[in-house]
Amino acid sequence: MQTEHLESHPETFIRKWIFSLDHKTIGLQYMFTSLIFLLFGFSLVLLMRWQLAYPGSALPLIGYYLPDSIAAGGVMHPAGYNALGAMHGTIMIFLGVVPLGVGAFGNYFLPLQIGAKDMAFPRINMTSYWVYFIGGVLMLASFFVPGGAAQSGWTSYVPLSILSPGQTMWLLAMTFLITSSLLGSINFIVTTLNLRAPGLTWSRLPLFVWAQFVTALLLLFAFPVLQAGAILQLLDRIAKTSFFIPSGLIVGGAPVEYAGGGSALLWQHLFWFLAHPEVYVLLLPAMGIVAEILANGTRKPIFGYKEIAGSFCFIGVLSFMVWAHHMFVSGMKTSLSYLFMTTTMIISVPSVAIITCFLLSLKGASIQFKLPMLFALAFLPMFGIGGLTGLPLGFTPTDVYLHDTYYVIGHFHYVVVTGSLIALMGGIYYWFPKMFGRKMNEFWGKIHFWTTIVFMNGIFFPMFIQGLAGVQRRLYDPTVQAHNLVVQPTNVLMTYSAILLMIAQIPFIVNFFVSIFKGEKTEDNPWQATTLEWACPSPPLPHKNFEKIPTVYKGPYEYNVPGEAKDFSPQHLP
Amino acid sequence: MKKTYLTVFGTLAVLTLLTVGVSYLHLNRAGAITVALLVAGIKVSLIAAFFMHLKFEKKVIHGIFYTALFFVLILLFLIFPDIGLSQ
Repeated sequence: MQTEHLESHPETFIRKWIFSLDHKTIGLQYMFTSLIFLLFGFSLVLLMRWQLAYPGSALPLIGYYLPDSIAAGGVMHPAGYNALGAMHGTIMIFLGVVPLGVGAFGNYFLPLQIGAKDMAFPRINMTSYWVYFIGGVLMLASFFVPGGAAQSGWTSYVPLSILSPGQTMWLLAMTFLITSSLLGSINFIVTTLNLRAPGLTWSRLPLFVWAQFVTALLLLFAFPVLQAGAILQLLDRIAKTSFFIPSGLIVGGAPVEYAGGGSALLWQHLFWFLAHPEVYVLLLPAMGIVAEILANGTRKPIFGYKEIAGSFCFIGVLSFMVWAHHMFVSGMKTSLSYLFMTTTMIISVPSVAIITCFLLSLKGASIQFKLPMLFALAFLPMFGIGGLTGLPLGFTPTDVYLHDTYYVIGHFHYVVVTGSLIALMGGIYYWFPKMFGRKMNEFWGKIHFWTTIVFMNGIFFPMFIQGLAGVQRRLYDPTVQAHNLVVQPTNVLMTYSAILLMIAQIPFIVNFFVSIFKGEKTEDNPWQATTLEWACPSPPLPHKNFEKIPTVYKGPYEYNVPGEAKDFSPQHLP
Repeated sequence: MKKTYLTVFGTLAVLTLLTVGVSYLHLNRAGAITVALLVAGIKVSLIAAFFMHLKFEKKVIHGIFYTALFFVLILLFLIFPDIGLSQ
């Protein structure tokens, strides 16, 4: 292993904390960076929400400090609103949730859970973080270039995106972010295949590892397509090629200066070929975390281990065959619609199977309502709402009405925010003692949990009502359409919920940083859990994790085994 | 080993010349596409097998390669009705 020589030598500050080869430090770098991006991406939406609740009124407190490209004179203008919308989506997905779920948790806990000393390629791992960091800086820098940030949504549909300002920086940043993900995914796959501890067969792998493994395969197979698409779009912008510009395109009464002959639909196909598997990249690590916490909090083996692992794999394969359900109204061939409608209905089966297994895991359990467990339990109904509201979007007859309305926004925010993000927060509380050797404060954690759940629903549930009332997404001023006025008061409710949700994160942020230094010290296995990450010291030893590589004797969730003295039976004990 | 690489390189060069030569025959659209795809397919296979060492790799690497190929074929097959037939 490449890092063996590092174990006995003292390291410089830069080697230890900046350009570290240790998967745990890289995981923490990913965690801090992605949490900052999540906070920033959320701040952008607060500005948008003020505009939606009180269109045309000056943004309070900070309006006058915003650059003119977003809000000249403190009042948001349409181009600024578009830029914030595009950047909110991009930052939350590519710089926030994915780096937190995969980069942070995957990097830190996948090697620990398989009993490895480190990732298979530590230098590639370090490169992955720094390439991500450059991508993030480029994305933020795009606010300060002439013309401002990208304004064409996170989907960057052509030809709008090719002809709008700001998009070049977006494409360059995305190229870096995709490269980072590809480097990471290769590392995850090789590590899982080759570095498992003796005795850790596939049927003994924790579900979190299964989830990360399938996620890495999704990233590996899906991202190159967007990488290629992004480079083609970049060529369209810079070299004036016409990969995505159709013939005879007229904008603002004048023909565009392009040869034409390209296909706008091709971009949508290439984009969604990545972006639907991306939904599962956002979701699978969260499901893996929920599985770990549920088994621990119910003190029972997880119900249907094989079915859940199988469902992860089935979702992985099928997620490449459903992408065009995002394009039912794009004018694509109707014969394709039938196919994608069918595959979309089929892919809901494994998701429902997973949630059913989680629910049945609760049956007959003496549940311990500790902090991480609250988040895992909240995931179940919240993800349920997100998943079930997706079904009408997968049917063409209903999608025609709901497409591009706030209903869609409500649906995917329930999946990604009250689903994935809630589970990831639960993961932070669950693994905090392992990362820092201390616990987060339980009381402030509960305050954080309850306020977050209430205010998240306050933002996202009215979106369904608005969508059914016909309010379109990406609308700068909803009051310009008479039919939107009926539901305009819900915008005020959503805006205040969003502001309160931001305030509700303060206890979490304070709790997080105070607990790192002053939290209650804990033992190596405070939750009395069974998987391998709890068999090493807290925090694990630099560059080698375990005193001695453990041997695995049993499955990952051996809780309350009849005849055993304790109610948990760790994997590394015979 | 050196001889193998040089033979593969020579074959790739000959196939490139073949592509150029076929363009002088002025085949119809279907014929030209068939020949081009056939030549490209052989070239890609040679590069993947020898220059990218797939021929000498373990089964698991083959598995990952064929999985990727499978998804690429799905992508091509399913966007063909929209992109290929609409011109």
